Amino acid sequence: MSANKPVDESITFDTFMEGVWRQNPVFVMVLGMCPTLAVTVSAVNAVSMGLATLFVLVSSCFLVSLIRNLVPKEVRIATYIVIIATFVTLVDYIIQAVSLSLYEALGAFIQLIVVNCIILGRAEAHASKNPPLKAVVNALGMGIGFTIGLLALGATREILGAGKLFGFSLFGEHFQPWVVMVLPPGGFFVLGGWLLLFSFMRSRSEKGVAHE
Amino acid sequence: MNESLSQIFIATLLTNNFVLAMFLGLCPFLGVSGRLGTALPMGIATTFVMLVASLCAYGLNLLLSAFHLDFLRLISYIVVIASSVQLVEMVMKKYSPALFRALGIYLPLITTNCAVLGVALFQTARDYNFSQSLAFSLGGGAGFTLALVLMASLRERLQLANVPTLVQGTALSLILAGLLSLTFMGFAGLGGGE
Repeated sequence: MSANKPVDESITFDTFMEGVWRQNPVFVMVLGMCPTLAVTVSAVNAVSMGLATLFVLVSSCFLVSLIRNLVPKEVRIATYIVIIATFVTLVDYIIQAVSLSLYEALGAFIQLIVVNCIILGRAEAHASKNPPLKAVVNALGMGIGFTIGLLALGATREILGAGKLFGFSLFGEHFQPWVVMVLPPGGFFVLGGWLLLFSFMRSRSEKGVAHE
Repeated sequence: MNESLSQIFIATLLTNNFVLAMFLGLCPFLGVSGRLGTALPMGIATTFVMLVASLCAYGLNLLLSAFHLDFLRLISYIVVIASSVQLVEMVMKKYSPALFRALGIYLPLITTNCAVLGVALFQTARDYNFSQSLAFSLGGGAGFTLALVLMASLRERLQLANVPTLVQGTALSLILAGLLSLTFMGFAGLGGGE
């Protein structure tokens, strides 16, 4: 441990909640868009993708944090990427062993977790400067926030595009599905809609503060 | 397996556009597409990295399968991509420092561009041979550039429009991308590949 610690080492509730709410990776930072939009055609896919990312995020942040004082500054990004790629390979084989149908549904996007900006971003911005326990707590929050974001998108798209939620039919057989929502354009529209909702709520609450 | 080269090229360029149909490479798509002047060079740089990555990935895949080291595939691909990005960065810094500064952080971020790794992974998954991989990466790169340039032109126009403050920012870009993606769905069936 170096003597001049730039950051506070204490773990607060905020360390965890930062990723879940205030800095939510999907809705606030708009990071890691590729898996977010590509796999959220159904709620089940969305949650599995979220959990896979959560696992990679937590384990790589833990490892990065452990070796943070050993890695020379010049090669840190390369080191982080190799660590992340190792864990992604692990997840890839685990999913393949547990559920082949899920593996086929997610396809190459499991391996594409490597290039998810959230993981590299967290490793660089947080785990490389903080002790292991704090890094894990923060990564856990980020991962849960990411999973919640994916679930919100996946559920919306599945309800609108197929009339189902987690595979259960919601509206009976006369429901006319809004097919475009499970096609690529729907992903952009639904995420745009969610962002719009959040900016609307934010402007409402700011106005409320101004009036008082 | 039996797709012709032109089919692969047209499919990746239009019908299965990397950005608009497969959601690969969205970070630079939303980040750099503000101005036409940076969108085009960014697209070309990415295409070059894609080409190099695809060729290296093809060779690496042969090597790894020969020695039954499939589990190392992901790690070796990412290392190859990172090195070729470094190369592009060095070349650009020497010959066009202004452009180098304009692209800024997005240049090293090509490493984490899903589209580049996507090319390498998809060509492996689909068992493309050497010339098919070449057509696939060229089509993918051209498609990425096309999407980036279209989006940048639209956003330049949009800056003159009177947009409600609530919608401005990422939400607007996403809805715009959705409309663009709807348009590209009109290309479905082109090239006889479907």
